Amino acid sequence: MLSMRRKIVNAVMLTLTGLFAFFAVSILFFVLGYLLWNGGTSLSWNFFTKLPTPVGETGGGMANAIVGSAKLLLLATCIGVPIGFLGGVYLSEFGGSAFSSLVRYTTDLLNGVPSIVMGIFAFTVIVLPQKHFSTLAGGLALGVMMIPISLRSTEDFLKAVPLALREGAMALGASKSRAIFTVVIPAAINGIITGTMLNVARVAGETAPLLFTSLGNRYWSHGLDQPTASLPVMIFDYARAPYDDWHKQAWAAAFVLLSLVLAINVFARIVLGKKAQAR
Amino acid sequence: MQEQVKSDSLLGVNMDTTKTGAVAQASKTPATVNPNQKLAAKDLNFFYGTFQALHGITIKIHTNCATAFIGPSGCGKSTFLRTLNRMYETIRNSRVEGEILLDGEDIFGLEVSHLRRRIGMVFQKSNPFPKSIFENVAYGLRINGYPNKASLRDSVEQSLRRAAIWEEVKDKLHQSAYSLSGGQQQRLCIARALAVDPEVLLLDEPCSALDPIATAKIEDLLFELKRSCTIVIVTHNMQQAARVADYTGFFLMGKMIEFNVTRVIFKNPAHKETEDYVTGRFG
Repeated sequence: MLSMRRKIVNAVMLTLTGLFAFFAVSILFFVLGYLLWNGGTSLSWNFFTKLPTPVGETGGGMANAIVGSAKLLLLATCIGVPIGFLGGVYLSEFGGSAFSSLVRYTTDLLNGVPSIVMGIFAFTVIVLPQKHFSTLAGGLALGVMMIPISLRSTEDFLKAVPLALREGAMALGASKSRAIFTVVIPAAINGIITGTMLNVARVAGETAPLLFTSLGNRYWSHGLDQPTASLPVMIFDYARAPYDDWHKQAWAAAFVLLSLVLAINVFARIVLGKKAQAR
Repeated sequence: MQEQVKSDSLLGVNMDTTKTGAVAQASKTPATVNPNQKLAAKDLNFFYGTFQALHGITIKIHTNCATAFIGPSGCGKSTFLRTLNRMYETIRNSRVEGEILLDGEDIFGLEVSHLRRRIGMVFQKSNPFPKSIFENVAYGLRINGYPNKASLRDSVEQSLRRAAIWEEVKDKLHQSAYSLSGGQQQRLCIARALAVDPEVLLLDEPCSALDPIATAKIEDLLFELKRSCTIVIVTHNMQQAARVADYTGFFLMGKMIEFNVTRVIFKNPAHKETEDYVTGRFG
């Protein structure tokens, strides 16, 4: 009797958990498939080469948004990665107990700050004093968002380097910092690069912090001092516009953005896989 | 090689002789023993925080001889080895009292990187850097500012030859050091330590992770190195100490119980604890 009941419970639980696991996966494939269908059919070469057209005119593209997103991400990387990387080196290699745990705790909190609050931060320190929106403000918002993950992933990958390697270098007369920069960081570099790429992929789709920092632009944006178009904000603007033609452009932009993020993810896994082989 | 055979047979004879025979042998100090001191420790105490790991170690290590430290796990022999090149300094809250002299000079007064160039170290588990074989050996030379490319190559080759691994790696110098076997990696680490031409080489259980053949190769190598380098080796393997070392020190509970010519330690120890340990009754 008991064993019968056990078998039934087993069958029910197995079916339930399997069903929900399938449900979780199918959401991703549904989104991907829908995007591929709508985005793929809306995509044309013009999307990559032309500027947006005025309302009423069909055609056009989002070349300025693609370049704008690239500029924003590059700027964000230049701001977020050096701070995160050097902070991670400090935590892993030099950190004392009290200050380090404070830094760790604070960066974890920073990681949990809603992205729109990061936008307000950049708005306050750059847009308000300058009295205009700019690539710089958007890049700063995204860059600050990159710091916590960059810092913690650097710390984790450096800590994974065996103590024996540090000792080996120091036993040859290398100073601690010399050992870190010539042996420990090279040993961890693939992991750190992977972490950075995933970090870029994560902020690439951020929309909220850009809404009131880089704003948007229907034309080319020169330098860092002007408002700039970006793919996520373009999707936002185009998707809620009342024109079918714009909806198609929004689908195309979403498709391009997702492809970019997926490509970075796959590439990052390849780099990390290489590290596993070298070991 | 010849020396090793000679010494092995010498010990082999000793192993069979009675105690009195061993005493007679031991009193004839072998010609290889050099009376000059390379390193000397005096009243050395060592603390991990409040735990005292070494108690009043006093020892003289002779130039161009091999000195072995034996003893059960946790007896302080590795700790003592790590005070000799100040590697213990990487451990927080560790503290040393007493004196260590290298050629009569206080090592605590020396620049630590300079000291470690003069006293090289090989670790229990081979720890090649994730770089090419060539770059592993060149590392010590590079960080010590070796500008000339041609002479860098020569030095790397010479170090690999001294570590008896050149023939095995000469065609793949630019492959990853991880492509080598465990025994080859350990000899590579020895080559890496030799590249900066140290006066003393410390080895912390260098063969504990190796098979008997790889171990024999490293022991052969130590015999060769003794001509040009003072060797201090920590080992769990008493046969290894008997084969390799001219002098042996027995550690127990952070104290050096006995230090003498190897044959005396193994054949006619002065202390009961030493005898129990070397005869396998304890440890």
